[in-house]
Amino acid sequence: MSEKSYLGSHLREYGMIMALVAIVFFFTVIVRASIDVDFLSAQNITNLFLQNSYVIIMALGMLLVIVAGHIDLSVGSVVGFTGAVAAVLTVNLGWPVLAVIPACLIVGGLIGAAQGYWVAYWKIPSFIVTLAGMLVFRGLTLWLLNGQNIGPFPRTFQSLSTGFLPDLFGEADQALLGMERLNGTALLIVVLAALVVVWLGLRKRTQDAAFGITPEPAAVFWVRNAIVCGALIFVGYKLAIFRGLPNVVMILAVLTVVYAFFTENMTSGRRIYALGGNEKAAKMSGIKTERLVFFCFVNMGVLAALAGMIVAARLNSSTPKAGAGFELDVIAAVFIGGASMTGGSGKIVGVVVGALIMGVMNNGMSILGIGIDYQQVIKGLVLLAAVIFDVYNKNK
Amino acid sequence: MATLLEMRGISKLFPGVKALDRVNLTVEAGEIHAICGENGAGKSTLMKVLSGVYPHGSYDGEIVYDGKTLAMKSIADSEAKGIIIIHQELALVPLLSIAENLFLGNEVATGGVINWPKAFQKTSELLRKVGLKEPPGTIVGKLGVGKQQLIEIAKALAKDVRLLILDEPTAALQENDSQKLLDLMLELKAQGVTQIIISHKLNEIGRVADRITIIRDGTTVSTLNRDEIAEDRIIRDMVGRDMSHRYPERTPNPGEMLMEVRGWNVFHPDQKDRQMIRDAAFSVRRGEIVGIAGLMGAGRTELAMSLFGHSYGRGITGTVTMNGKPVDTSTVTNAVEAGLAYVTEDRKALGLILEEPILRNISLANLAGVALRGVLNKGREAQVAEDYRRAMNIRTPNVQQKVVNLSGGNQQKVVLSKWLFTDPQVLILDEPTRGIDVGAKFEIYSIMNQLAADGRGIVMISSEMPELLGMCDRIYVMNEGRIVGELSRAEASQERIMAMILNSVGKAA
Repeated sequence: MSEKSYLGSHLREYGMIMALVAIVFFFTVIVRASIDVDFLSAQNITNLFLQNSYVIIMALGMLLVIVAGHIDLSVGSVVGFTGAVAAVLTVNLGWPVLAVIPACLIVGGLIGAAQGYWVAYWKIPSFIVTLAGMLVFRGLTLWLLNGQNIGPFPRTFQSLSTGFLPDLFGEADQALLGMERLNGTALLIVVLAALVVVWLGLRKRTQDAAFGITPEPAAVFWVRNAIVCGALIFVGYKLAIFRGLPNVVMILAVLTVVYAFFTENMTSGRRIYALGGNEKAAKMSGIKTERLVFFCFVNMGVLAALAGMIVAARLNSSTPKAGAGFELDVIAAVFIGGASMTGGSGKIVGVVVGALIMGVMNNGMSILGIGIDYQQVIKGLVLLAAVIFDVYNKNK
Repeated sequence: MATLLEMRGISKLFPGVKALDRVNLTVEAGEIHAICGENGAGKSTLMKVLSGVYPHGSYDGEIVYDGKTLAMKSIADSEAKGIIIIHQELALVPLLSIAENLFLGNEVATGGVINWPKAFQKTSELLRKVGLKEPPGTIVGKLGVGKQQLIEIAKALAKDVRLLILDEPTAALQENDSQKLLDLMLELKAQGVTQIIISHKLNEIGRVADRITIIRDGTTVSTLNRDEIAEDRIIRDMVGRDMSHRYPERTPNPGEMLMEVRGWNVFHPDQKDRQMIRDAAFSVRRGEIVGIAGLMGAGRTELAMSLFGHSYGRGITGTVTMNGKPVDTSTVTNAVEAGLAYVTEDRKALGLILEEPILRNISLANLAGVALRGVLNKGREAQVAEDYRRAMNIRTPNVQQKVVNLSGGNQQKVVLSKWLFTDPQVLILDEPTRGIDVGAKFEIYSIMNQLAADGRGIVMISSEMPELLGMCDRIYVMNEGRIVGELSRAEASQERIMAMILNSVGKAA
């Protein structure tokens, strides 16, 4: 198969990466030209991750929910509520941070269970159940916070969001290498990550060949990996010369790998796709569809709780408005990332790229000083365009 | 009596199948004309041609109606001529009222504004004609099937019907509802409405029909007058065909008893009092292919699905034993564990995940078989799929193909592979060759024979009697939710099966 026809038949996957690269390039040029600022500065890249981490984290869970053929509108409110719980526990009751974090994750899981129960076992449409949840938990957030902000958090809690991985290499080593302010740990981690990406890619190629699957043409494979690894190392270098790898980025990376593995290599993950693709057929094949749907919602609740704590840590206080409207960003990221509205398809990597596209656009437009009014219009059109592109591709 | 309708030399081709082959049908004005034939004989296709579902140009032949040649492009065209068809599946909107349903698309309105008083008044008149006393505002979904059927007829009357076509109108009705419907047909006849009824029930046909046309394998076999209507003759004409299909050679060698089902009772999932399966009992031995014959709606699929993980119905009672030991089949997982597999008749809706590749469909019912502690071994999964692709001769470039791109026969082989990978002892195959071309049918038959030779038990549900006769060692005959007879290979013939079905009609306890 020629490179061209291969790219044509996998337009969606490569299109996503190309779109992200193009958008980054676009903002780099425009930001430089209009206000003479480096869009890809170390500080801005760090900001970009700090600002968008919670969207990506929730998008991982939302993908499962959407693949299963459902939706969760309550995640924004759950972010607010779990943030408020964290604030009350740490600030008002003085719990230690190491107890607060699991407590909040459990609260998130219980919220997910409460909603998933009705969706999975009573077949109440998830749109209705989670719309109700959205109202209920926003209300409970207000009640819990008494309508006020609670803060500040202790330093250890803040480090969830604003902390950085410590540099294992002392400054002496850096001086030896003749470099200043370079975080060796950060650089080492991204270089290792890049190597692992290439290694996994090569392994998959040999596997595919063994099963008679048409492999990606070699040229396409190496160009794609060069772009991905180049971007990884570039971002890693930029982070390294600033303050190192943010804790949030590490959480994000670990979760992405875990969920990618779960969805692609585990029986339960596979069953969720089967259930979303054809629930009746899955059921007739002995798959416990109700239990899986329930799990997807519990999982979503836990991730929303994690996001809620990160948001609270970043703002250094819990506010009644925290998380308002997040559900829309998260759902948009999943659909931009290529998930199908009817369930059954979508990939973790696509969702992360989709969330990054949204994040880069938010960040770039803010730097350019584009009003919130135009930002919303543009984001809306991007979402619509991505889905139209999907449908067009499918009908072609 | 003048001729109202003449269909001359109607032929209709579907890809790979000739559904109708020069069919002739003449209907006199003011008569009730019955059309009989086996499942798949072409009755419904013929009526779809007549009612404009298949537009002019998509079939060959000529339709002369009321002295004029018709060239209908749509159902609207046929309805404008007063030809109205009432399908087996009712086409009422359950959440709307009777009045709204009667005039749907044909509203009593001026300038788009509905005249409710007039609509209600007209509705009352029409309801009186069909013998219903319900207020016009009643929500249709709250009525029973029998009354809904009458409302369908009222709807036809609202459109000034001249030729009313009823496709198996009593299939879903209880006995007394059926009687009411037949009375109404006779009354409409007295008012001059010409009617065509498609039915399997000979006692009903005998009661209302003036003439009867028998269709077999897409051609007209005979048209009989009222005084010629005799059960034997009809049965012979319906099934009397050559055994033109071929079945692979096989020496039956049944072994010890494998599965026994006793006292199986199932109720309708929504209508609590409606019993769908009554006291069914059957058995399969190792290496045996057992058939279940019956007409559509006899309860064969309901029996199979209720056995397989209680996937159909409620209030299920009865026992299943496997190798002499009672087993629990109340969930699909338990049924699979007990050694049961069910290959559905509706493979697209219930058997396959169409947008997923072949290998993922094959592993679906036994993911544990390609995984270690919950982690999939994709190499093993691909290997398993590849092995089945070879063994079953699934025609595809590779097992990564989405099943939606496969032909019906190859899709069926994927479903079979999926269930074989669970290593079942008994396979229930529900219409395993439906929608499959002749060559692939032969392959499926060969696979079935091989499975039986391996010592598995096979239960084959089919509406094609020649197929059952060609494949099975024993045949159970089902009708109206009961097993009404059992025939050995030597005893079985199409005539005997059909007679068992027809003789049992309406004789339910």
